Amino acid sequence: MSRISEEQVKHAAHLARLAITEEEAHMFTEQLDKIITFAEQLNELDTENVEPTSHVLDIRNVLRADEAVMGLPRDEVLKNTPENQDGQIKVPAIIE
Amino acid sequence: MSLFDHKVSELQALLHKKEINVSDLVDASFKRISEVDGKVQAFLTLDEEQARLKAVALDEKLGKEEGSLFGMPIGIKDNIVTKNLRTTCASKILENFDPIYNATVMDKLHKADTITIGKLNMDEFAMGSSNENSGFQKTFNPWNLETVPGGSSGASATSVAAGEVPFSLGSDTGGSIRQPASFCGVVGMKPTYGLVSRYGLVAFASSLDQIGPITNTVEDNAALLGAIAGHDRMDSTSANVSIPDYASALTGDVKGMKIAVPKEYLGEGVSPEAKQSVLDALKVLENLGAEWEEVSLPHSKYALATYYLLSSSEASANLSRFDGVRYGYRTPDAENLIDMYKKTRAEGFGDEVKRRIMLGTFALSSGYYDAYYKKAQKVRTLIKKDFDDVLAKYDVIVGPTTPTPAFKIGENTSDPMTMYANDILTIPMNLAGVPAISVPCGFAAGLPLGLQIIGKHFDESSVYRAAHAFEQATDFHKQKPQL
Repeated sequence: MSRISEEQVKHAAHLARLAITEEEAHMFTEQLDKIITFAEQLNELDTENVEPTSHVLDIRNVLRADEAVMGLPRDEVLKNTPENQDGQIKVPAIIE
Repeated sequence: MSLFDHKVSELQALLHKKEINVSDLVDASFKRISEVDGKVQAFLTLDEEQARLKAVALDEKLGKEEGSLFGMPIGIKDNIVTKNLRTTCASKILENFDPIYNATVMDKLHKADTITIGKLNMDEFAMGSSNENSGFQKTFNPWNLETVPGGSSGASATSVAAGEVPFSLGSDTGGSIRQPASFCGVVGMKPTYGLVSRYGLVAFASSLDQIGPITNTVEDNAALLGAIAGHDRMDSTSANVSIPDYASALTGDVKGMKIAVPKEYLGEGVSPEAKQSVLDALKVLENLGAEWEEVSLPHSKYALATYYLLSSSEASANLSRFDGVRYGYRTPDAENLIDMYKKTRAEGFGDEVKRRIMLGTFALSSGYYDAYYKKAQKVRTLIKKDFDDVLAKYDVIVGPTTPTPAFKIGENTSDPMTMYANDILTIPMNLAGVPAISVPCGFAAGLPLGLQIIGKHFDESSVYRAAHAFEQATDFHKQKPQL
């Protein structure tokens, strides 16, 4: 039985903002199915009473004083933008 | 003998005796690159003009407040941002990206007075283990141009092995420093998670990524790590620990050192040559007064599945920033914003990157989060505990870095058992966050093999102690590829 359908792959691609062709959807479904099937070996382990690890070291929230400091210079920030106008980053229409 | 066959300390002695100057070192680097880079294809971008200017400035500075790596040319993996020097992650989506700030490690290298020669090829966004996944070019192993240099820091290892630079920086998420160091016959260290700031390292999997040094010798490696390690307020996951003088561990003395050898690291899939080279290395360490015993890291076999789920999930979030808005590639024909995002990313990313983004998006999506992502996080706890238990009783863990020497280009290992062994040997250390080094320990069919030495969190000193003692008792590191 396959673990992931072509519809689910298309949905994941949409969530990830990736345009994929029908051919790619087919290819990625096969490949992801193999990886997910392999990953299901983790179910051999009883982890009922195991805490998840998101980070290996003890870390604490890091806070700093709420003081205004200079950000990056606007000219520099705009240097790498694909499109800009009047000191702003320009994107295609958001609202019709 | 080439200049870069000398250790950093020897090159600095030559500078102080005025037998050479810093400009000679930079000349040697660019000369070697012009001779051999056409064959190995390690560099994506060269910074010759700035490097020569800096060499002149450093020659003026000789004898006055010199940094710890004064005058040393260095190559930088192309996922570490360098101000005003193109940084691509070997991806089309960042083909023309010109960073406006430096990674913390670059600022530290600047203080240490190194000279950046250029940026090194890699698998796109550090996803891969052969450099075949670069969006721009393949890099070739200097020991045999028909084989891969490993990855994802393949070109970082190649540039050192080919004598183009005395050392380089790489990054390691699941073996990306150690595996190429092993394949190219050089020394590669993945430090403890949190020891080196990740600020300015383009993130792949934030809970696993670490920057580390690739060098010709253990001594050089310790010197370079000492220069880049340390707490950084720009990286809230960087550890606030004091950095020891790693050089003081390089005594050659391993008397009484307790070494654990996991049976899982010498099992099925590991080639007879790799296994024999590790057993021979253990004999060397035993003769120097160390003791070793077989142990078990029982959850090793689950490391690969755990790694795939966690690293892909983190990558899917990290790589969402490449959207064609603030920097990088943008598709020329978009109807609206969502369409622009989708086409930009489809045209900018390679297949391996897309595959991992989709796997991660799926593993994190509603209804699957507990079954895949959270389950993997729980298994990560078990894998880490394996290491904690063994390292409570032993100083270091030793095994092979890779199950075989470098594989042929295009072959990418058809035997699934070898692939499996390949991954279990380097991935668990990232999941556990422990430091691990690869040092040359033999050859098979003319290709180098690596010995992996793993230590406790923040105990890089013991790792270096064992690695240095082994290196000094053998001459594998003195052998160089003929190009």
